[in-house]
Amino acid sequence: MIADGVEDEEKWLAAGIAGLQQNAFYMHRALDSNNLRDALKYSAQMLSELRTSRLSPHKYYELYMRAFDELRKLEMFFKEETRRGCSIVDLYELVQHAGNILPRLYLLCTVGSVYIKSKEAPAKDVLKDLVEMCRGIQHPVRGLFLRSYLAQVSRDKLPDIGSEYEGDADTVVDAVEFVLQNFTEMNKLWVRMQHQGPAREKEKREKERSELRDLVGKNLHVLSQIEGIDLDMYKETVLPRVLEQVVNCKDEIAQYYLMDCIIQVFPDEYHLQTLDVLLGAFPQLQPTVDIKTVLSRLMERLSNYAASSADVLPEFLQVEAFSKLNNAIGKVIEAQPDMPILGVITLYSSLLTFTLHVHPDRLDYADQVLGACVKKLSGKEKLEDKKATKQIVALLSAPLDKYNDIVTALKLSNYPRVMEYLDSETNKVMATVIIQSIMKNKTRISTADRVEALFELIKGLIKDLDDAFHDEVDEDDFKEEQNSVARLIQLLHSDDPEEMFKIICTVRKHILGGGPKRLPFTVPPLVFSSLKLVRQLQGQEENPFGEEESTTPKKIFQVLNQLFLQCAEAANDCDLEPVAYEFFTQAYILYEEDISDSRAQVTAIHLIIGTLQRMHVFGVENRDTLTHKATGYSAKLLKKPDQCRAVYACSHLFWVDDQDNVKDGERVLLCLKRALRIANAAQQMSNAARGSAGSVTLFVEILNKYLYFFEKGNPQITVAAIQSLIELITTEMHSDSSTPDPAADAFFASTLRYMEFQKQKGGAIGEKYEPIKV
Amino acid sequence: MNFLIGAFKPACNISITFSDGKSRKQVPMKKENGKTIMVSLFQSKESIAGKVSIEPLQGKKIEHLGVKVELLGQIEMYFDRGNFYDFTSLVRELDVPGDIYERKTYPFEFSTVEMPYETYNGANLRLRYVLKVTVSRNYGGSIVEYQDFIVRNYSPPPSINNSIKMEVGIEDCLHIEFEYNKSKYHLKDVIIGKIYFLLVRIKIKNMDLEIRRRESTGSGANTHVETETLAKFELMDGAPVRGESIPIRLFLSPYELTPTYRNINNKFSVKYYLNLVLVDEEDRRYFKQQEIAIYRQQDS
Repeated sequence: MIADGVEDEEKWLAAGIAGLQQNAFYMHRALDSNNLRDALKYSAQMLSELRTSRLSPHKYYELYMRAFDELRKLEMFFKEETRRGCSIVDLYELVQHAGNILPRLYLLCTVGSVYIKSKEAPAKDVLKDLVEMCRGIQHPVRGLFLRSYLAQVSRDKLPDIGSEYEGDADTVVDAVEFVLQNFTEMNKLWVRMQHQGPAREKEKREKERSELRDLVGKNLHVLSQIEGIDLDMYKETVLPRVLEQVVNCKDEIAQYYLMDCIIQVFPDEYHLQTLDVLLGAFPQLQPTVDIKTVLSRLMERLSNYAASSADVLPEFLQVEAFSKLNNAIGKVIEAQPDMPILGVITLYSSLLTFTLHVHPDRLDYADQVLGACVKKLSGKEKLEDKKATKQIVALLSAPLDKYNDIVTALKLSNYPRVMEYLDSETNKVMATVIIQSIMKNKTRISTADRVEALFELIKGLIKDLDDAFHDEVDEDDFKEEQNSVARLIQLLHSDDPEEMFKIICTVRKHILGGGPKRLPFTVPPLVFSSLKLVRQLQGQEENPFGEEESTTPKKIFQVLNQLFLQCAEAANDCDLEPVAYEFFTQAYILYEEDISDSRAQVTAIHLIIGTLQRMHVFGVENRDTLTHKATGYSAKLLKKPDQCRAVYACSHLFWVDDQDNVKDGERVLLCLKRALRIANAAQQMSNAARGSAGSVTLFVEILNKYLYFFEKGNPQITVAAIQSLIELITTEMHSDSSTPDPAADAFFASTLRYMEFQKQKGGAIGEKYEPIKV
Repeated sequence: MNFLIGAFKPACNISITFSDGKSRKQVPMKKENGKTIMVSLFQSKESIAGKVSIEPLQGKKIEHLGVKVELLGQIEMYFDRGNFYDFTSLVRELDVPGDIYERKTYPFEFSTVEMPYETYNGANLRLRYVLKVTVSRNYGGSIVEYQDFIVRNYSPPPSINNSIKMEVGIEDCLHIEFEYNKSKYHLKDVIIGKIYFLLVRIKIKNMDLEIRRRESTGSGANTHVETETLAKFELMDGAPVRGESIPIRLFLSPYELTPTYRNINNKFSVKYYLNLVLVDEEDRRYFKQQEIAIYRQQDS
C-alpha cells in the first residue's frame, strides 16, 4: 500500500513537472517575443500545476522550486516590460484577471515585487495588499508555500530603516506589521494541517508538518533581520504579537518549534531585557510541549552570552535574570506535575550552568539550584532512569568545569546530597569526572578538611557502596577507576608538613576500607606521597617544629608501616603469597631502618604481629621466617614491659584457631615462658631501680594468655603450669616489697573469678578447669 | 452585398459613409458569418450624417423611382429569424424618380436621433441599428444597401449605490456573511468585497464567484429565459475555519458584459447576477445569487 503510494506520488510529481516544463517552454517563447498576453496565459497555466493536492510537502517543494525559478524569469520580464513603457499599475491589474486563485496570487506577488521596486506606490500599500490577498489560499500546504514565496520576494523590499524603500509613508512599523501578519497566517495554516485528513494518518501528517516548519520559522528569521527593530519595538510589538500567536495556537509542535525559534533568532540582549514576557509564556503552553529543552536552550544561550563578554554581566544583574529564571522553572515544574524527573534535572542543570556563567561569584545561587534539585529528588528512590542520571552527572560536572576547582564545589553543601541520588554505577562515573577535573586543572587540595569532603564525594570509588554487585564490574574499568584514584592521591599536597600529614592520615582512613582489590592501587601512591613528605622534612635539617614534634618522619613511617601491612593483608585475601611476603619484608625493612622511636616501635610491632597472625597464604617456610623475625623484634624492644607484652602476643602467631597447620603448642609455651622470664626480669629491674617491685600486671596478663590457650586446648599448657603461675602471682602480691596496685589487684581478682565461673558452668570447659585450685 | 444575390449583376455600387467617419470611434462588431468588422460608434441624440454615393456600372444607366435612406432600430428574435421588429424608423428621401448615368452623391443627416436602446447580441435575440439605402426600381427589384453602426449609451454614476451585505447559511452547517462593496457597477469596475466565515462544519474545497447573465425574452407565458455564466473566478482554495475572512477583488473589464437592460421595448431584459458558490469535498455546491446592476460609464 505504502509503496504504491510512494510510487504514485512519484508519477504525479513527474506529471506535474512535465506540465510545468511544457508551459514554461511556451512562456519562454512568449517572453522572447515580448508577448505579454501569452506570457501571462502560459505562466498561469504553468502555475496551475501547483494546485495539486496529491503531493506530500516534500514532493510539493520540488515542484514549487521549479516554479520559483521560472517566476524569477517572469519577474525579469515584467521589469523590462515596465521599462518599455507598460504601466506597472496596469500589469498589477492584468495578472489579477486570472481565473484560478493560486496562479493569480503567485503572479500578483511576482508583479508586486516589481511594483515595489518601481516605487510608484508606497511599499507598505503593496505589501499590505499582497498579504491580504493571500488569504484566499486556505489550503495549508499550498498556502504555506505561497506565503513563503511572498516572504521570499519581499524580504529585500521591506521598508526597513536604511532601506531604499523607507519613506515618509513607509516605516519599519509597516515592515514589521507585514511580516507579523504573514507569520500569523502561516502559523494558522500550519497548525490547521493536523486536523485535515483521516485520523489514522496523524503520524504521517505530523512528520509532514515538521518538514514544513521552517517555512513558518523563516518569518521570524526575517523579523530578526529587520534593522529597525530596536529593543523598544521588540518589547512592545514584536515579541507580544509573536507570543500571542504561539500561545493561542494551542498546538504542541508549533509551540515547541516557535519558542525555540524565537530564542534562536533574536539577539540575546533582547531576551535578557524581555525575560519576564518570554518566561511568562512558558506556563501557558500546552502540557505536552517539551518545555525543558526550550528553556534549557534559552539558558544555554544566555550563558554563552554572559560568557562572551564581561561587559554584559551588569545587564544580567540589572534584570535579575537568575531569580526570574528560577521562578519560571519553578512555575513550569509546578504547572506540569507529570514532567519526568529527567526534565526537571535538565532544567536545573541548565539553570546551574547559567548561574555559573553569569554569577560565578554567587556560590549561594548554585547551591540554591542544587538544593531545589535535591528537594525535587527527595522522596524518590535512587534514579533508575539512565538519561536522568546522565543529566545529574552533567549537572554536577558543571560547577567543576566552571570553577576548574573542586575546592569551590566542595563548598556547595547540597552537592553531595545530589550525588546520593545516583546509583553506585553513576556515582562512580561522577567520582571519575571529579577526579578528572582535578587532574586536568591540577587543582591543589591542601587542607585535610577538603580532602575529607572530597573523599566523601568520591567514596563510590573508594569502597563498595552497596555490596551487591561488584562482580559485574569490568576488570579494565575497575583498573581505570582505581588508577585515577591513585593519581588523585598523588595530587594532594600541602606545603605545610603538618597539614600534609593530616591529609595523609585522612586519605589513609578512607582508603583502608577499600578492600583487597583496591588497596594495591591506592596504597602505593599514598606511600609515595608519604615518602615525599619524609624527604621534605629531611631537607629541613633544622627541624622547624622544635618544641612540638607532632609531625616527624617517625610518625609518617608508622603510617607507612601500617600501610604495608594492610597491603600484605590485602594480598593475603587475594592469595598472592609472593606479594604478601614482599609487603611484609618491606614493612620489616621500614621497621628496622626508619622506626626508631620506641613508642612507635611498640605500636608497629603489635601491628605486625596482628597482621601476621591473620595471614594464611604463607607456606611453612615463609611463615617461619616472618614469625621468627617478629618474635626477634619483640624481644629487642627497649622497655621490658613492652618486650614482655610483644612476646606474649607473638604466641598467637603459633596458634591460629581456624588454621589447623598453625597449632604449634610447644612454641606457644616457649613464647609464654619467655614472656614470663622477661616479666621477671622487669620485676627485678624495677626492684633494683626503685627498691620496690613493679606491678604484677604483666604476670596477670600472661596468666590470661595461659588461660586462653588452655581453653583452646593447647596440650602444652598444663594445669600445673597455670597453678604455679597463680601461686607466683599471689606470692608476688603479698611480698613486702611490692607496692600495692589496685588496678592489678582488681585485674587478678577478676581473672580468678572468671576461672571460678568457668568451673561452675560445667561442660567440657568446666571439667578442664576442675583440677585448678584457686 | 447585393452582388451575391441572384444571377443578376447589380447595376450599381452603393456606398454609405459617415461624415465624421475618419474621426469617429470604431468598435468591433461580430457579424452573422462570424467575422468581426469595425464599425462606427454612436450614442443616443447624436446626429447621424453622411453621404450616400451611387455609381452605376460602366456604361449603364439606372432608372429609378426614387432613392431613400432609412435609419432603423431593429430587434430580431432568433426563433423568428429574418423577421425584424423596428422600434425606430426614420426616412430621408434622397432623390426623386429619374435616371442616374454617372456617380452621384447624396448627403443626408438625421439630427439628434433618439436611440434609447443599445446594440446587443444575445443568446436569443439581437438588437441592431442600421442605415438602409434603397434605390427603388420598377423592374429588376430595388437595390438595397445596409450600413451597420453601433449605439452605446452612457449613464452617469448612480446617486445611490449601496453595498450588498448579507448573512446566509445552512443551520449548524455553514454560516457566512458576504459583502460586495456596491450594488451597481460600471463595465470596467472592480468588485471588492469579502466573505466572512461564521461557522464552518463542512469541508469546503473551494469557493468561486460567478457572473451570470440572464436574458429573458417574450412576455407572459411565452417568456424564455437563457442564463449564461460569463465569468468563473476562484476566490478561495482549501477549507477555511471559523473566523476567516476571504477577500474578493474581481475586475470586470476582461469579461464581455453589457449594461443591465430592463424590459427593452417590452421585448427582452438582460440582467446580471453575482453567484457565490462554495463546493465541498463531496462536490456538493452551496450558492447564493445576488443581482447587480451594470451600467456604462463614459470613459474619462
